[in-house]
Amino acid sequence: MPFDPALPWTLDPQVAIRPESFGGLAYHFGTRRLSFLKSPALRDLVLSLADHPSAEDAIEAEGIPASERRQYESALGTLAETGMITARTTNTEAMVAA
Amino acid sequence: MTPAAAAPVPTLVERFERGLDAPICLTWELTYACNLACVHCLSSSGRRDPDELSTAQCKAVIDELQCMQVFYVNIGGGEPTVRRDFWELLEYATARGVGVKFSTNGSRIDRAVAESLATSDYVDVQISLDGATAEVNDRVRGAGSFDTAIGAMRNLHEAGFEDFKVSVVVTRENVGQLDAFKAIADRYGAQLRITRLRPSGRGADVWDELHPTQAQQRRLYDWLVANGENVLTGDSFFHLSALGGPLPGLNLCGAGRVVCLIDPVGDVYACPFAIHDEFLAGNVLGDGGFSSVWRESDLFRELRESQSPGACSSCDFYDSCRGGCMAAKFFTGLPMDGPDPECVLGNADEALAARKAVPPRSPVDHSRLRIVNGVETPNPMPIELPKVEHVPDRACDENPLAGFWNGARKVSG
Repeated sequence: MPFDPALPWTLDPQVAIRPESFGGLAYHFGTRRLSFLKSPALRDLVLSLADHPSAEDAIEAEGIPASERRQYESALGTLAETGMITARTTNTEAMVAA
Repeated sequence: MTPAAAAPVPTLVERFERGLDAPICLTWELTYACNLACVHCLSSSGRRDPDELSTAQCKAVIDELQCMQVFYVNIGGGEPTVRRDFWELLEYATARGVGVKFSTNGSRIDRAVAESLATSDYVDVQISLDGATAEVNDRVRGAGSFDTAIGAMRNLHEAGFEDFKVSVVVTRENVGQLDAFKAIADRYGAQLRITRLRPSGRGADVWDELHPTQAQQRRLYDWLVANGENVLTGDSFFHLSALGGPLPGLNLCGAGRVVCLIDPVGDVYACPFAIHDEFLAGNVLGDGGFSSVWRESDLFRELRESQSPGACSSCDFYDSCRGGCMAAKFFTGLPMDGPDPECVLGNADEALAARKAVPPRSPVDHSRLRIVNGVETPNPMPIELPKVEHVPDRACDENPLAGFWNGARKVSG
């Protein structure tokens, strides 16, 4: 589905992330696709998506400067297109936590 | 491999050159035993090595791969499925989140196996095929091997296994069949993977006759530009970059940086095409196991330092082709800091013609032996294979090489 930063997102359950000095590698076991996460901040952002009510909130919480937000949203958009991250239909974790 | 956003930036390639914490793509040859005897076998496989890793040792390697977060391992051989514990190891790896893509000639992929494989997201299968017709394929891989491979593809397709791989080594004889290979892959819902013929293992014996000509390399390049996005190539063809822009795929030599090989006895080499002491980094059974070989071996550290362009330093295309394939140079007897033997600008032609020494050969050779004049002699198949119609020895005999060794028996007896 098209990426909407106002929605809640999460790493697809079939994706594994491996940290590397440049950022990280993401591998999808279903599509067998490998993606490069080109900065440590992008890696941390992707890993934290599930903890926030929206991608925008995750970006905010990661302390990404406003001038770079568009760039990070675009990277998340590509990850959404390739199925690496998926939209959460309900905010289950937040509900459980509440 | 697809970058998350746009094309990979040069800094990422530089990072790769300096090596990663763990390989992206690890090849693990599980056994030297094989029921085929392909003329170009890069690991000179045939007979099992008595020192091959035990089941427990293999499981310990898998545990380590899990810790290192190696996403998947390319398992090959030899023919890996001839190991009695193959399916057990497959299950062990996938249960621990280590995906497995295994290469096979297809001889064990019957309907039941295909159905079981189709149920796992963590397993991918790669069927080797070196001709789009039985005539071209069987000359290299042995009589009946084309039908065996196609049978395995049909079984996988009928079992609903999507996107398995059909893996082709490009040769002078099959380079004109690329569209036909693509059609075969499409017919069975598979993805085509093409790789480069290396003068490694028994490949050294046939390289002169089988490696693509300069004119064929140009056609291969054009074909990859037109079709490359849907075809897997790994890091096979970056030496063609000097013909134009960079190709889809990994445009650098990944040896010891993002790829490596574990052989059946646990020896770790820089890449699958480099089974030779020169490229031996250590053994998984040593102190510190595989991870310390990967992270600390002198050889891998050296490979991650910037390489000297040597004789290529004045070439305008060095930045794109980077001197080509280390193993191809080594096994054709060319200097490591010079052009690839298949340099598309012809810069290696003079050096190839001027070679005085016999190129180095891998001391690791498990080719099946035959007796010639009372002496055991390695038995790579001759390239001029007898063109005999394949008639099964017995109705139930499915060995693709059934009857193939009659010629050898005659020699011995």
